[in-house]
Amino acid sequence: MDGTSSLGSAAVPPPGPGDHVRGRGPEVVLYLDLGCPRCAGTWEEITTLPLQVCVRHFPVASRRPRSPVLHAAAEAVAIQSEDGFWEFWDSLLADRAHVDDPHLWERVEALGLDLDRFQRDRRSDAVVERVRRDFRSGISAGVAATPAGFAAGAPLAGELGVVLRELASR
Amino acid sequence: MIEPGTSAPDFRLADHDGNAVTLADFGGRRLVLAFYPLDFSAVCSDQLSIYQEVLGEIEDRDAALVGVSVDSSACHAAFRERLGLTYPLLADFHPKGAVCAAYGAYMDDWGHANRSLVLIDRDGTVAWSFATPTPLEIPGANLIFDALDDGAPA
Repeated sequence: MDGTSSLGSAAVPPPGPGDHVRGRGPEVVLYLDLGCPRCAGTWEEITTLPLQVCVRHFPVASRRPRSPVLHAAAEAVAIQSEDGFWEFWDSLLADRAHVDDPHLWERVEALGLDLDRFQRDRRSDAVVERVRRDFRSGISAGVAATPAGFAAGAPLAGELGVVLRELASR
Repeated sequence: MIEPGTSAPDFRLADHDGNAVTLADFGGRRLVLAFYPLDFSAVCSDQLSIYQEVLGEIEDRDAALVGVSVDSSACHAAFRERLGLTYPLLADFHPKGAVCAAYGAYMDDWGHANRSLVLIDRDGTVAWSFATPTPLEIPGANLIFDALDDGAPA
């Protein structure tokens, strides 16, 4: 547990060690819920844009009970392969109908990763804490719905897909 | 919006199960009232879900959280089930919006509450209040923690 984090207002942390960052272009930080249909729609719209995207875990468990499991699974994949993390992440958002455990195992095996290790890691304290760290930083930054985006530390208002497309074209 | 330092207006409202709830029922604990427009609307769903995620941390600070809107008890029951909420929702249904209005959170033109938060201290005094500029904006849970932790170690 992170005893030092108050959950009170704080600036969104800039991308740093341990974050998942991909692409080149203007830097954005996105808080996403892997079980959220709006997040999946936005992700499809923006995934090919020239942006440097940092994704953070924001599972809303009460609303989507499967979400924490998916975020922990993605983080467990990242322990073995950061490239694998992105493939896994893209796949979960692209195919939300196949997110039961056997579907997750299929993905892990297709990535050529160690399934036993994945199974251990996804339930580890370190992974749970890693997901929690992102969620808490999102709460402190005022994230109150998913998807939520930030650029240069400031929240992005408006339809996120549209705003990110504009940002990418600058 | 009701100002800090004012005595919190008492209320008697039915919760999602139809049980009457009054301000005195929370005596001894601080109370966060989350006024919101309407059950089942998209923005309200996001807001109440996020608060559910941090409910334990609110309760750790010796505070209770309740949602208040002009919807009926039966509607609240269905909405809570849909979102997986465990905190109470109070029905300011009849006379419509009277408690919202007493807290300065009713929007006459819209016919429902504005999205606003009120923190009531253990002695029944309003410690903090906040209203969003428009009902489309959501006050983040961080604001609740700013208010709860204000002047007191977390």
